[in-house]
Amino acid sequence: MNPDHDWWYDEAAGPLVRPYAMTRGRTRPNAPNLNLVTQVRAAGHPADPGALSPEHLQILEICQAPLSVAEVAAYLDVPLVVVKVLLGDLMERGHVVAGALFQTSDITDTKLLQAVLDGIRRI
Amino acid sequence: MSDTPLIPTSIKIVVAGGFGVGKTTLVNTVSEIPPLRTEEVLTEASVGVDDLVDGKETTTVALDFGRITINAQVVLYLFGTPGQNRFWFMWDELAHGALGAIVLVDTRRLDSSFPSIDFFERRGIPFIVAVNEFEGAWPHTMEEVRHALDIAPSVPVIACDARDRESAKRVLVELVHHTMRRLETAPA
Repeated sequence: MNPDHDWWYDEAAGPLVRPYAMTRGRTRPNAPNLNLVTQVRAAGHPADPGALSPEHLQILEICQAPLSVAEVAAYLDVPLVVVKVLLGDLMERGHVVAGALFQTSDITDTKLLQAVLDGIRRI
Repeated sequence: MSDTPLIPTSIKIVVAGGFGVGKTTLVNTVSEIPPLRTEEVLTEASVGVDDLVDGKETTTVALDFGRITINAQVVLYLFGTPGQNRFWFMWDELAHGALGAIVLVDTRRLDSSFPSIDFFERRGIPFIVAVNEFEGAWPHTMEEVRHALDIAPSVPVIACDARDRESAKRVLVELVHHTMRRLETAPA
C-alpha cells in the first residue's frame, strides 16, 4: 500500500478506519441492488488473484456455494456496507454473480409460498 | 430465475417487537444454523447529518439472523430488528421485499410493540402479531391484546412460546398463510 495515502487515519479516527481501509475509503457499492439476503456465488476462479485483496479472495472462497450478503458479512466479521463494496468489486470483474430478491409483488401463483410452508413444516 | 439457475431465491421474514421481547430467541429456535450476527456501520451517508447520535460520525447496529433452507431453490432468512427506534432507516432495508413480518408482543409491555405495528401497517407489509407468553405475565386473551393494540380483524393475533420449536413454527406458518390470503384478496 502506498504510505502517502495513509496519512489521514490515526487512532483518534476510531472504528471507522479498519473497515473502510478494506474498501479504500469507499462506502457505496458499485452494485447498488444488493440486499441483506441477496444470494451471491463465486463464478469460477479469477485469472488475476494477485489483483485482489485478501478479503476479496476470502469472499470467493466462502462463496463457492451460494450465500446471502448478510452471511458473507457475518462469516468475514466485517460490516455489511464493507461487504457490499467488496462484492460490488467482484461482480464488476465477473468473479461473483448475484441472484434475485424475492418480492411478494412478483408472485403470480402461490407455488413458492406453498414450498415455503412445506419447508417450515419439515424443520 | 432462468438466467441464474444455480443461485437460490432468498425469502426474508422480519421479526420485530420491543427490546427483550424474545425476537432473538424466536430466530434461534427455528434457525438451522447457529444464529449469525452482522453489523452495519452507519455513516452520514446512511442516516443523514441531522440524525447523528451524540455528535459521533459513525455508530453500529447489530442484526441477528437465522436461516432455513427450504429446498435447493429457496432459502428463508429470519431477521430480528434492531431494538432501538433510532435505527428506523435500517428497517427499510430489512423490510424491503420481505414476505412478511412477525410482531412479537410481551403483554407486560404492550406499548413497546406500537412502533413496529405502525411501521408495517404504513408500508402495507403483511404482518401478524404473536404474543410471547412469558411466565408470570398476566394471562390475556388474544382478543384483549387485539383490542389493546387496535389490530385490524384481518390480522392474526396468536399466542406462542418463542423457546418452543413447534410453537415458533406455527407462528411462521401463520404468517405465510396470512401473506397468501393477502395476495389472493389483493387487487390485481
